[in-house]
Amino acid sequence: MLPYADGMTNTRYLPRQFNSPRPAHLVLTDGTVFFGFAAGASSTIDGEVVFNTSMTGYQEMLTDPSYHGQILCLTTSHVGQVGINALDAESDRVWARALVVQDLDLEPSSWRSEEDTSDWLARIGVAVGWGFDVRAIVRHIRTAGAVPGVLATDGTAVDALVERARAARGTDGCDLAREVACGEAYAWDRGPWRSPSHPETDESGDDRPPVAVIDFGVKRSILRRLVAEGLRVRVLPPSVTAREVLADGHTGVVLSNGPGDPAAVAGAQDLIDGLIGKVPILGICLGCQLLGLTLGGRTVKLPYGHHGGNHPVRELASSRVLVTSQNHNYAVEESSLPREVEVTHINLTDGTLEGLALPRAGVEAVQFHPEAAPGPNDAVGLFTRFAERCRGTRS
Amino acid sequence: MSRPAIPESVCILGAGPIRIGQACEFDYSGVQGVKALREEGCRVVLVNSNPATVMTDARLAHRSYVEPLILSSVTAVLERERPNALIPTLGGQTALNLAVELEETGVLERLGIQLLGASVRSIRLAEDREEFRQAMTEAGLPVLPATTVTSVEEGIRALETIGLPVILRPSFTLGGWGGGTAHDRPSFEELLRHGLEASPTNQVLVETSVLGWKEFELEVMRDSAGAFVVVCSIENFDPMGVHTGDSITVAPAQTLTDREYQVLRDAARGVLDAVGVATGGANVQFAVNPADGRYAIIEMNPRVSRSSALASKATGFPIARIAAKVALGRRLDEISNDITGTTPASFEPALDYVVVKIPRFAFEKFPGAEPVLGTAMKAVGEVAAMGRSFEEALLKAIRSLEIDRDSLDAPPDLAAADDDGLAARLAIASPERLWELAEVGPWNVSWRSPPSIRGFCDGLRDWWRPRPCSGNPGSISRPAPPPNDSVSPTVSWRGCSRPVPRPNGSGDSISSCAGSAEGSTPAPPSSRPGRRISTAASAIATNSRRRAARS
Repeated sequence: MLPYADGMTNTRYLPRQFNSPRPAHLVLTDGTVFFGFAAGASSTIDGEVVFNTSMTGYQEMLTDPSYHGQILCLTTSHVGQVGINALDAESDRVWARALVVQDLDLEPSSWRSEEDTSDWLARIGVAVGWGFDVRAIVRHIRTAGAVPGVLATDGTAVDALVERARAARGTDGCDLAREVACGEAYAWDRGPWRSPSHPETDESGDDRPPVAVIDFGVKRSILRRLVAEGLRVRVLPPSVTAREVLADGHTGVVLSNGPGDPAAVAGAQDLIDGLIGKVPILGICLGCQLLGLTLGGRTVKLPYGHHGGNHPVRELASSRVLVTSQNHNYAVEESSLPREVEVTHINLTDGTLEGLALPRAGVEAVQFHPEAAPGPNDAVGLFTRFAERCRGTRS
Repeated sequence: MSRPAIPESVCILGAGPIRIGQACEFDYSGVQGVKALREEGCRVVLVNSNPATVMTDARLAHRSYVEPLILSSVTAVLERERPNALIPTLGGQTALNLAVELEETGVLERLGIQLLGASVRSIRLAEDREEFRQAMTEAGLPVLPATTVTSVEEGIRALETIGLPVILRPSFTLGGWGGGTAHDRPSFEELLRHGLEASPTNQVLVETSVLGWKEFELEVMRDSAGAFVVVCSIENFDPMGVHTGDSITVAPAQTLTDREYQVLRDAARGVLDAVGVATGGANVQFAVNPADGRYAIIEMNPRVSRSSALASKATGFPIARIAAKVALGRRLDEISNDITGTTPASFEPALDYVVVKIPRFAFEKFPGAEPVLGTAMKAVGEVAAMGRSFEEALLKAIRSLEIDRDSLDAPPDLAAADDDGLAARLAIASPERLWELAEVGPWNVSWRSPPSIRGFCDGLRDWWRPRPCSGNPGSISRPAPPPNDSVSPTVSWRGCSRPVPRPNGSGDSISSCAGSAEGSTPAPPSSRPGRRISTAASAIATNSRRRAARS
């Protein structure tokens, strides 16, 4: 049992996880230890410790393949209060290695909920640390940078964890995209959830322009947005060749988001090189970084990345400010890009590159997530523009 | 980029006397506005009939006039001072209504004064409930079925199509004054007569009652370049049917999935477009059906409001200050957020704590007034407290009310009530509802039951010892007595803590960005052991007027 301050807590009648709570420890590679309590699976997990400041959308974040290999710390006060539902999943499993939160609510308060969050996390075997001082973790990461760490929910001694944390490695040089991507091509025909009266659309029809989505770890919201724009969506594994993509008559290609170091994604640059100039291309997040690399640029690792649903970005062409959803640790270095590549979006907080274009080849890419989920829908117009380019109604 | 021409001299209208529905929050916003305009190099002329305000301190504005907020005296001030512009959005509905009068009588045009921050069209549209409904319907935004009537006969005819119960909302009144909910025909007629008298235009909106729907507010801000940010989302603990000013409210909203929240965010932007709010702060209120997520827009205020004061305190985003600056034509991305110093004002605040506001009532001072909460505001003040969780913030706020209660322990008369007595009391929304709910046990309330408080009840449930309950689990029933009498049946402030982890010591400031940039405002949300701070220091007692306005 953990010592309670002042012996103030009577745990006798506390429900489930509060009843004789198990301790949990998060140890960073530099030896810093954070304390909390355990829920979900009982295990010791290592991964890169990242945080996200979104106040909503924990299910979307947990199921986002971009979090593969990471221990996700959510800064919002309460997690679990709206439960889990099938429509909000961004993939068919949880990709984050583990979850660290301030508070895990036991019962959902939402008509959309189909399962309690804590039950779901336990059922699918995700280790959860709750009761953590997440702001302290955020502050540490902010100064020390995104670091590898270890979360133990099985009572492993702290000394052993410190040893293990020192050996934990980050995502630099890891080709994680291949681990999360689909193995075989598949079609997607479901549209976005809009409101209770328009829950989910099922769109099909052969007269729609076919587009290919190269899956480096694609979020379903991207596919749903493309469907909403009237496109026929086919998701392809990253091992596909440019010749195969073009042979199938696709009128456009989306390079998806995904986890890890863009410089380590094997084969992607050859694929993209073979597509540039042949079909309109839209790159999102990792897709944007891969385009930047293919076009001759360099990517750098940001000190602690952009992870949240509140990042203001300026769209340079219109001078409009968009509040965007972001989740990236790497960015394309603006100065490394050749002259013909246009910078289209800039982050207003730190001035980093958020979007690029090669107009002559119909290439457009953004570092943020126009499909939101979670986050504001300010930038969904990018999908409309892409659809117009695919139909040839826009240059 | 080119700088907009900053007007040389600007007049700000205050809100006048403090009364229920219009209190010191407008002094707070007025002070922020005056300071912001001075920073921009404007000469500030202030008119407010209430000398007991901070904004009328001689050192603040360049010229302060303590004159009645009526057409003739304000016209005289404007004639004498000849400002270039007038900002009416910081002085509540009083100032907005006065601006409409000044415009309609041609005073502004005659003196060449530009109206900044709100247009007469948007003021009228937001206040005239019938026109507002039409604008929303044209923009494809959902509103509740309703009809505006100008006589009792018309009202009775409208009732035939809408059906009881209905909510009556008089146009152009403060704090929902003169309105109410009618459950039967006689009370409908009486309320309607009352409402028609209360409305300066003798108009009352008869609206379908959505009692029990959840109520949400979004505090939003927009600049002249079209940038749009949600400063704060607020969820009402009290469902529809209780005025927002009388509701316990929670920021940020807790019981929406991201997709639902984004639907409301997009709708809020649509409302601003439809009403024609080009710059400044606004507040949009939504009702959401907890059973199926259907939503409707209830109203919007194209100005700084009571909720903006709460949102400013809660997020560290100074709404009035920034509203004054964007009214002058500054863009959100060129105004820096004072809290972080490094992020622009277009960075939407992200909170890693919860803020709970509880209204403070003083029914003992109003012998004729019934302690029943409805659509007309009755609170005389409010407290807000911050915590790392809803429960922590709620309990801190209860302590800050200064009503001799430290917890959700029932006061003696409530503890003595039997099941039927409790059920009868809970059926009426009163200032005691929080303790009544605590007494029946929040674990007996489900989201299928009418009040939309389930999410918070879950929080309360975690916090308390759950006790086995007797009776039908679907109904409200009283829990059985605790099996061991030596165990206190409910928890007090010190004893109610969950297992508390050892703090790593970070909860020492409000942060607009969940700690992801350095913050500097020393208002601690944490009350963890080892770093316990006094509740008085962290609670914002806005009923202490001068303190609130000065900070």
